[in-house]
Formats: sequence, C-alpha cells, structure tokens
Amino acid sequence: MKKGKFGKYGGQYIPETLMNELISLEKAYDYYKEDADFNTVLSQLLKNYAGRPSLLYYAAKMTEELGGAKIYLKREDLNHTGSHKINNVLGQTLLAKKMGKTRIIAETGAGQHGVAAATAAALLGLECEIFMGLEDTQRQALNVFRMELLGAKVNKVTSGTMTLKDAVNETMREWVSRAHDTHYVLGSVMGPHPFPTMVRDFQSIIGCEAREQILQAEGRLPAAIVACVGGGSNAMGIFYDFIEDTSVKLVGCEAAGLGIETGRHAATITKGKEGVFHGMKSYFCQDEHGQIAPVYSISAGLDYPGIGPEHAYLHHIGRAQYVPVTDEQAVSAFEYLARTEGIICAVESAHAVSYVRELAPSVDKEESIIICVSGRGDKDVAAIARYRGVDINE
Amino acid sequence: MSNIKHCFANGKAFIGFLTGGDPSLEKSEEFILEMVRGGADLVEIGVPFSDPIAEGPVIQAANIRALDAGSSVDKLFQLVRKVRRQTTVPIVFLTYLNPVYHYGYEEFFKTCRLAEVDGIIIPDLPYEEQGEVRPSALANEIDLISLVAPTSEDRIKEIAINASGFLYVVSSLGVTGVRKEITTDLPSLLQAVKAVSDIPAAVGFGINTPEQAAYISRLADGIIVGSAIVKIIEKHGNKAGRYLYEYVKNMKEAL
Repeated sequence: MKKGKFGKYGGQYIPETLMNELISLEKAYDYYKEDADFNTVLSQLLKNYAGRPSLLYYAAKMTEELGGAKIYLKREDLNHTGSHKINNVLGQTLLAKKMGKTRIIAETGAGQHGVAAATAAALLGLECEIFMGLEDTQRQALNVFRMELLGAKVNKVTSGTMTLKDAVNETMREWVSRAHDTHYVLGSVMGPHPFPTMVRDFQSIIGCEAREQILQAEGRLPAAIVACVGGGSNAMGIFYDFIEDTSVKLVGCEAAGLGIETGRHAATITKGKEGVFHGMKSYFCQDEHGQIAPVYSISAGLDYPGIGPEHAYLHHIGRAQYVPVTDEQAVSAFEYLARTEGIICAVESAHAVSYVRELAPSVDKEESIIICVSGRGDKDVAAIARYRGVDINE
Repeated sequence: MSNIKHCFANGKAFIGFLTGGDPSLEKSEEFILEMVRGGADLVEIGVPFSDPIAEGPVIQAANIRALDAGSSVDKLFQLVRKVRRQTTVPIVFLTYLNPVYHYGYEEFFKTCRLAEVDGIIIPDLPYEEQGEVRPSALANEIDLISLVAPTSEDRIKEIAINASGFLYVVSSLGVTGVRKEITTDLPSLLQAVKAVSDIPAAVGFGINTPEQAAYISRLADGIIVGSAIVKIIEKHGNKAGRYLYEYVKNMKEAL
C-alpha cells in the first residue's frame, strides 16, 4: 500500500505551505515510535498519569437483562480527563516537545479532546490554544471553563456551521500561519498523513489491552466489538488489534441525529459519498455539487461530516460495518446504562451502547461483545436534561 | 506555448482574482471584463467552496455570498463561455479539490477545454497528490498550476521543474488576505525558483498596494491580487465595476 494510503483513501491533500511540516512530523514520528526512551516515558505517563490500563468491565446486569452474549465495557471513561482522547494527546504532545515545539493547537467538538490537549500542555509545559465552534462552546460551556482552568486559550469559531468541522478549518488556518513553533494535535484518525496512522497507533493501546483482558476473562476472542464513530479514533483504537481476527465483527456506530431520512444527521458512511476534504480522501456528507453538508447530532463529538480514511477502507473491503444510531436511541441508551450499570457514559459512547442493546440478544450466551465506552457523560448531563425537557437551573 | 504563457510575454503580468458568482454570475461577468479593460493579463475565477481552508475572512465571506447566490461549477462554466465571446484573456479556475473530484476529473477537464478555461489552481492538491489529476489535465491541455511557499525549500526544485502554465509563489505563511507588510525573503525564494526553471513565476497572498506591486514586479514575472479585489466587490456590490477598473489600472501601471 502506498505511504499514507489505506487502499485509495487517505493521502495528503493540504496546502503546499504545510507539506514540509508534515514531512518533518512523519520523520519525527517514524523515529520516535521506535525510540526506547520515548516509549518508556509515554508508557509511564499512560500508566501513572492517565491511569491505564483501563478496566474491561463485565456488565453482568446488562448481560442478564438483554439475555444474549456477555457484555464487556472497555472503560476509557475512567482515564484521566474522562475519555480515550488522552492516549493520543500524551503521545502527540511528547512528540511535539521532541520536535522542539513550544506550543500546541487543537480543535475540539464536545471538548473532550480540547480538555485532554490542555491537560497535556499543562503537564508538559507547552502553550496551548483550542479552537471550538461557537455552538459547541454553548453546548459544552463547562468544558470551555475546564480548558481555561488548565491554562489554555479557547478560540470560539464563528465561521460556517460553528461546529467541529469549522473548528478543524480554523485550526488548520492557524497552523498554516504558524508551524515553526507549533504542533497541531489533531484529535482523531483523520486529516492528512501521518495523522490517521499516528493517532491510530497512539489509540491502539485500547485494543491491545482489550484483547489481553478478554482472553484472560473468556479464554476466547469476542464475537463483536462496537464503538461510536465521528472521526473514528476510539473505534480505530479498539478495532486495530482485531482486524486480522476475521471472526470478530467490528461495528462503528454513526450519529443518525434526527434520522438518516431527515437530512439532519452525521451518518457519513451510511449517507455520505467519497470525496477529499480536511487533508484526506474518504467519505463525506456533501451535496450534489461536492459542497460539504451541514451535519447534526446531539453529540458534539460525532457532529462531523467526515470519517477517518482507514474506516473508509475497512468499510470498502467489508471488514467493518457502520450503522446509524439516532439521537433518541442514543439518549435512551445513555439513560439505560446509567440505570442498569450505574455508569453515566458520554452521549457519543451511548450510540454504541444502543446498537449493542439490539445486537446482544441475537448472539449466543457463550460469546462476548465489547463496547468501547469512549468517555464519561458528566459533560452531557445538562444536554440530556434539556433534551428531555427537564429544567435543572443551570 | 499555452495561452497562459502569452500573458507573461509583454512585461509583468497582473493577475486578478474574484470569487465566481459573488454577488451574482452576471456581475462576475461584468467585473471580469472591467478588470481586463483595466489591464488584467489573466483572470482567476474562484470556484466557491463551503470550507475554503486556505482562505482568510475576506474570501471566505465571498465564498458564502457566491454559494448563497446559487453559484456552482456548471454555472461558472457558463460564465466562462459568456466571457469568452468578449475577450481572449487567459482564464484559470481556483478550486478546492472536492468539487472537481465530485464532478469527475475527466469530465471536469473536458468541460474546461470546451469552455476554454486555460488552467486550474487547486490549493489543497500538493505536488505529491497531483498524479490522480494530471492525466486528465494533460489530455485536455489544461495547465495544472502548482504553488510554492516560503516553507517549500528543497521541494521547490521538483515542483518548479514539473510546473505548467505559471508557478504560483505564495508570498507569506498563512491564509489569503491583505497584508500591510510581506516579511518573507522573496528575493531568495524567487531565486531558488529561477535557478531551476524558466517558468513564469507570479507572486500572490497579501498584495494590496501599488507600492507592493512595484516592489514585487522587480523580482517576479507577475503579481496575483485576490482579497483586495474581493474587498472592493464586498464594499461596492453591484456597483463595483468602475472601482475594479480603476484599481486594476493603477496596479498595472505600477508594475
């Protein structure tokens, strides 16, 4: 396969001004990923700071209630900062320091990646600026304040639809202006090469651990692994170590918003077409002229019109399956997991929980299913209350 | 010699940019002709895109105005056909890759040829990725115009040697937009280009005033002005024609 490509997907579709920066980044990454000291420091941070390995929790009540396969939750919500985003951020921020950068910038949707980036910057002593769509700063006001507490500057993006896509646009524009001292900590398995590969590698610890943990618990591989997909970093992270195990079904849950027939969704594989945007060839929600379409989801983290190129490839070759899950289904799964297991998960992750509620009863009791609980749901409580029409006097 | 190279044959070239369909297709037609009357040697028509990541606020806003007014790739082909009845000035499209990918490369470049578009600039298609577009561009004799930036360094050689039409030299880091000062070492950048290729080199990004134009035209074969023109259109709307004529005339005289 050509460098930086997953089949025909991926690539480096980015302004010339950034090309040498991407080439330097690729070289630095190729060097440090094999560097013993770098890996020791990163492992220590993941263990002692982020709290890894994350638990693989057997959800006994959920299993019993659904009456099918045993359900395990990969608890990325228990990581420091409350989501899987810290895995990638620690890796990239360490790398940025090795490259001599003194400043990081990052986009954020729900705020989880922004909080993780601000955290790593505080820990490692780098300047940090976050770009967040104005609409998301309102949906996730608490996270804005968290980032500021951590010493980051939060730029509210008012262009376009004022959500994640526009935050990525603005962060790229900032990076084109100032790359000499600044690294762009991209938050998902997307963008130009080497980001999709590098972010996947940093996130693949999720799947490495899950594999060991499930083999220890069950003595066999799971029947299925289910994760939510926006750009797709938690999904790619947990899928990656299982790709060769074709008996393991890999399922990505896309945000169907108000329903895929309404046009108000972010179901990229289900409804999108191939295209080139944000540095990569992949699938995108777009109109009949190739203009990127406005997308919608209750979940700010899945509210993105594209998907990482490796997911496009896994879809293309039929190795992974991508299914739409609506706001209503996700909110109901959010409430279900809270009541059944006492776990308030991110509304993003609730998309995966919802699909497993449908899948599990039809899978044999001897089998298991792993859900990647990519993040915790504290940030979503107010939005869920609003969705249900509950006034909580915010 | 392609039509584009002709525009560099007589002195320094002035290249004017506008976003196609801002504020309307009819007005774009008039504005292009006014720029040509004012002395523009080549006209760049921006194909509006929902997410123009290389553009600053001025051209971003023009993209939104043009899309809201119903501009599209097909309508811009019609615009070029109309302009072609009135002038032989070289015309190039500036477009992000997705609308072209969506149109289909072969179909897009064939239509360019039929409409007599001379070249295409794709800011999110660096040299390494040009391979998928190049065969269709070549087959239809459309110049695929490459960019070099102040950060290109060792990449300049390969890009310049393989360039067609002209070379778009990006004057500054960052996105498009009017700049008071251009801080890049342009003499060195252009020297690096000229050392490896005799392709005409035009400098763009940030150029606004006749003084800047005069300075850069001593170093390069032409200048590209975008945001300053789009600002005039933003300010004067439907009445921008005569202001564009005067602006271009002043700038051309400064070269």
